[in-house]
Amino acid sequence: MIRVIIPHHLRTLAGVSNEVTLMVTERLTLGAALDALEAQYPVLRGTIRDHITLKRRPFIRFFACGQDWSHHPYETPLPEAVENGSEPLRIVGAMAGG
Amino acid sequence: MPAKSKAKTKPAAKKPVKKITRPTPRARVSKGGVRVLVGTRKGAFILTSDAKRKDWKVSGPHFAGWEIYHFNGSPADPNRLYVSQSSGWFGQIIQRSNDGGKTWETPGGGPEQAPDGMPRGESNKFVYDGEVGTHQWYDGTQHPWEFKRVWQLKPSFTDPDTVYAGVEDAALFRSTDGGRTWQELPGLRRTKGHLWQPGAGGMCLHTILLDPGNPNRIFVAISAAGAFRTDDGGQTWRPINRGLVSPYELPDAAAEVGHCVHNLAMHPARPNVLFMQKHWDVLRTDDAGDNWHEISGNLPSDFGFPIAVNAHEPNTVYVVPIKSDSEHYPPEGKLRVYRSRTGGNQWEALTKGLPQSDCYVNVLRSALAVDTLDKCGIYFGTTGGQVYASANNGDSWQAIVRDLPPVLSVEVQTLA
Repeated sequence: MIRVIIPHHLRTLAGVSNEVTLMVTERLTLGAALDALEAQYPVLRGTIRDHITLKRRPFIRFFACGQDWSHHPYETPLPEAVENGSEPLRIVGAMAGG
Repeated sequence: MPAKSKAKTKPAAKKPVKKITRPTPRARVSKGGVRVLVGTRKGAFILTSDAKRKDWKVSGPHFAGWEIYHFNGSPADPNRLYVSQSSGWFGQIIQRSNDGGKTWETPGGGPEQAPDGMPRGESNKFVYDGEVGTHQWYDGTQHPWEFKRVWQLKPSFTDPDTVYAGVEDAALFRSTDGGRTWQELPGLRRTKGHLWQPGAGGMCLHTILLDPGNPNRIFVAISAAGAFRTDDGGQTWRPINRGLVSPYELPDAAAEVGHCVHNLAMHPARPNVLFMQKHWDVLRTDDAGDNWHEISGNLPSDFGFPIAVNAHEPNTVYVVPIKSDSEHYPPEGKLRVYRSRTGGNQWEALTKGLPQSDCYVNVLRSALAVDTLDKCGIYFGTTGGQVYASANNGDSWQAIVRDLPPVLSVEVQTLA
């Protein structure tokens, strides 16, 4: 199981509190984590990345283990600490708006 | 660009007001009262009252923190509500209620399975049909269409599951499954779409009018492209901008497309008569948009955003003049709704109960609406967060609430 922390407004939208846990059976990549999140919570489709292009929305960031993974390709493996659940993948609504 | 003192520079083009003798609908006397649906920059609010419209209950914020560009109810089922919920961070969401706003769902957003085993979650999926195409950009180049948000939701008169969505970048979508999935009516963008350009608020399809007696006829308005009409259910469209003159916005002031139309209004008993608030100018057509003529008459400014028609008097029209294109507040700091009982040209200021000094709010294009009670109720919301109501055709006003976030849209349901 992996742990994913999503922004407040997406937690409200998905009807979850705090972090969510997801089962990912394949090698954990950023894309596999997002696929699993959207499969479990279809309402989040389109809110983190575009429906068609899958491009990350401009004000969304992906953080894990103190690093910014936002600009990495989706096939990039995430750290083992995320894969074994000891560290969460954090999906963050970036600072914007002044 | 400097603001225009247009009233002094442009000759008034007044034409005789056409006398209309068609019957008006009967007043709807209701014990149920009204439900006012308010969209704001930071959430949705529901304001309810009985038919007296004096005492109000305020519910909200719903979807707190999100921009609610539009919030509308189904004429066929008043308990069916649709909300356009959007955010610069998280994009577009469509919310639906089947119980008048007590509970909400994102249609198809739950953990159900499609036939191929994949979750759906497509109620916020607005994908342009076919080749995306391009439109005019600010620098004169062509720019590809990019979906940004839904500006208007217009439910069908007869089917609660059929609803139209006007979006930015400008296009018209339709759902026939209660908002679960959306399909574009692409013929509209093929109507000289390469000449459309974004206005200051973006290139948005902000107004949809359905003809209650002819399901094949739809009117839309786009900033800055103009007004368009279909007579075949949305397959083909024609620009309906003859008579619009935009010397401050277009090199060809009478161009077929490119006008910054701000809002359209129709009385359901007279669907061939439309009223328009353009960037500058208030206009009217008596032939379903084939020809327009100006009816600004004695307005203190003919710049503004919303326009509405009284529910029982098809020749009674309301506008809220704003000083200019760069000064988006009422002339002289006086918040005045202007009413014409003659279908235009002759306007009277409605001021009782509205601030008449130091008022510098704006009223946006979708933030003026009417109920169908007798006497007709008029409602509008401001960028200062006030929602004002009149229970007597606009003769006097009261603030239902004063301190909401900036109001983006106001719709009214008259409940049985």
